[in-house]
Amino acid sequence: MFDLKSHLKALVETHAPSGHEGPIRDVIRKAWSEMVDSLEQDKLGSLIGVKRATQPLEPPRKIMLAAHMDEIGMMVRDIVDGFIYVHRISGVDNRVMMAQPVMVHGKWALPGLVASAPPHLLPKAAREKYPEFDELVIDVGLPAREVEELVRIGDLITPDAPMVELLGKRVAGKAMDDRACVAAVTVCLNELQGMSHQWDVYAAATVQEETGLYGARTAAYHIRPDVAIALDVTFAPQPGVNGDETYEMGGGPAIGLGPNFHPGLLDKIKETAQYHEIKLQDEIVPGASGTDAWAIQVALEGIPTALLGIPLRNMHSPVETVDLRDIERAGRLLAHFIAGLDAAFLAGIEWEEVKSNE
Amino acid sequence: MQELSEAVGVSGKEDAVRKIVLKAIEGHATDIRIDAMGSVTAVKKGTGRNRLRVMLAAHMDEIGFMVTGYDGDGLIHFTNVGGVDERILPGLRVKLGDSLIPGVIVWAPIHKTYGQNNTAKLNSLRIDIGASSKDEASGKVKRGDRVAFDSQYMEVGDKVLRGKAFDDRVGCSLLVDILQDGPYPVDVLAAFTVQEEIGLRGARVAAQRFNPDVAIALEGTTAHDVPNPLAEPDDETEVNPACRMGGGPVLTVMDTSIITNPQLLRFLRQTAEANNIPYQLKTQLGGGTDAGAIHTANAGAPAAVISMPCRYIHSPSAYLNRDDYANTLRLVQAALNNLTAKALKQA
Repeated sequence: MFDLKSHLKALVETHAPSGHEGPIRDVIRKAWSEMVDSLEQDKLGSLIGVKRATQPLEPPRKIMLAAHMDEIGMMVRDIVDGFIYVHRISGVDNRVMMAQPVMVHGKWALPGLVASAPPHLLPKAAREKYPEFDELVIDVGLPAREVEELVRIGDLITPDAPMVELLGKRVAGKAMDDRACVAAVTVCLNELQGMSHQWDVYAAATVQEETGLYGARTAAYHIRPDVAIALDVTFAPQPGVNGDETYEMGGGPAIGLGPNFHPGLLDKIKETAQYHEIKLQDEIVPGASGTDAWAIQVALEGIPTALLGIPLRNMHSPVETVDLRDIERAGRLLAHFIAGLDAAFLAGIEWEEVKSNE
Repeated sequence: MQELSEAVGVSGKEDAVRKIVLKAIEGHATDIRIDAMGSVTAVKKGTGRNRLRVMLAAHMDEIGFMVTGYDGDGLIHFTNVGGVDERILPGLRVKLGDSLIPGVIVWAPIHKTYGQNNTAKLNSLRIDIGASSKDEASGKVKRGDRVAFDSQYMEVGDKVLRGKAFDDRVGCSLLVDILQDGPYPVDVLAAFTVQEEIGLRGARVAAQRFNPDVAIALEGTTAHDVPNPLAEPDDETEVNPACRMGGGPVLTVMDTSIITNPQLLRFLRQTAEANNIPYQLKTQLGGGTDAGAIHTANAGAPAAVISMPCRYIHSPSAYLNRDDYANTLRLVQAALNNLTAKALKQA
């Protein structure tokens, strides 16, 4: 019996920053193995679960779903007297790091703390700004020679941030970006177990999105889909973020509108949402979406692409917060959309000029 | 230690810690009272060999926050209780109220706030408990509810303990150990004080009632023996470590609240040396302790501070070396066993 909350907890409590996705790939492989017909990997490490059409078409049609499995993290830059200096691996917000608990992935996972200079020892000026990465020090509380044996330059560091349950269906943790969307893909695959569909589904848990959308590009080349839907988190309302650029938690997934997305594809997704009464918000994306969709759209000879966003607060912090209902809705929407795909779909989303010429 | 560290007792609401302390000292001391401020006081009568009334103080309260209001969308306003470095607040996990409702401190995503590195003021921050409306939030959490750091207690390697509120649960634990042992030649007047973090308030009242001959505050103090990655070798802006983890109990010479009585300080140093107990002198002037309030209470009394060095005190999690705890206990007990009126005579 699939339980979203415990699945999401398993995903976000796994430590796997960009370029080192092994542990999360194993977790996802295990979760998807009962739901797909086969599992593949592209040469960069993206995991692709293939669920073949229950009523295949000739020629076969493929839809790619993409959610990235890598998380932001840090790396050991130097070890001095048993204390650890760091580099960031993409996206980490230096301003949240002070005093946070972390895991240093040396010979084994060592719990540590990001050092915080006590306020009464510091001059006032030092307290006006957050420390930059090159000022941060991580202390694992062990004698220097033990640290030398257990930790090396290049070892990874991630937040020690178990998932916490807030009121209602809200949960907070690290790596909700983008494992909340990986979970949405799992929901979709689970829903499809009881549905018939004519298109092959290629569910891709991509690597290295945070460092440059690399896994999405390579997965798209590996799969060669006819249509693709990427999923990533988007901004929920909170102080400090312009209201126009936010989407309500609990208001359903957001669908991206803008040049990164194929208008015909978008209309069809919206129709599905309307028909099945699944809440969908419009997200304005005037240029690059900053997601796998940007890379997939221009792969091969171009792929009609759409983006679904899960609203999230506190992005790139150890307390990223989402509403489980938005994940369920996104997963259900995808499943219903996939079930409605048929032989005529591609023709149906063609440009007007192409249609009228046929 | 774990029980004390995990208990929530933000200044002014030390109930949970008080319960633990009372249970621990029952049967080991007499005249156990809770005064009008909420401090627990107790007396361990001495054997009479040295007729001195020695007050030992450890504070039960910790720094934290208090709920002040709500936004329409269910986010919660809060303010600090005691000194909190605002720079640790973004993305922090907290527990609210008596039911310890989980919450997170909201933080604007880096994508929307590029280049903004100035420390955010605490009153601009919000706590999210997952409520969607002001009504929902106020139903779960009331204005005035205390908010504490949500940190896991753990043992690190062989030597180190890690947890919340080591300032001053390490002192409370030590005082409990002292009361559970003994008896001592002197009368021990134990005060588990409240409201140290907001002005040494509980200690003042307890001292005014006890009127001791001499006093020692037992604290967790700041060790910042942490390298600065950006420091030049002779950098003058380098943070003074104050003391080192593993260096033994820390004796204060002077801080913002007290100039330690020189005779008492000398006695403590000699006691340490005579008993082969490593110790350190604190090399920084910041901070104040209960001893500050006690030595000026009534007509005054010589007072000292003996602290355990902890890294990252006043943050959600601090480190303490077990050996430092053990050596501090040895030093305090040696002092109690050897303190005489003669040792305190003014030069």
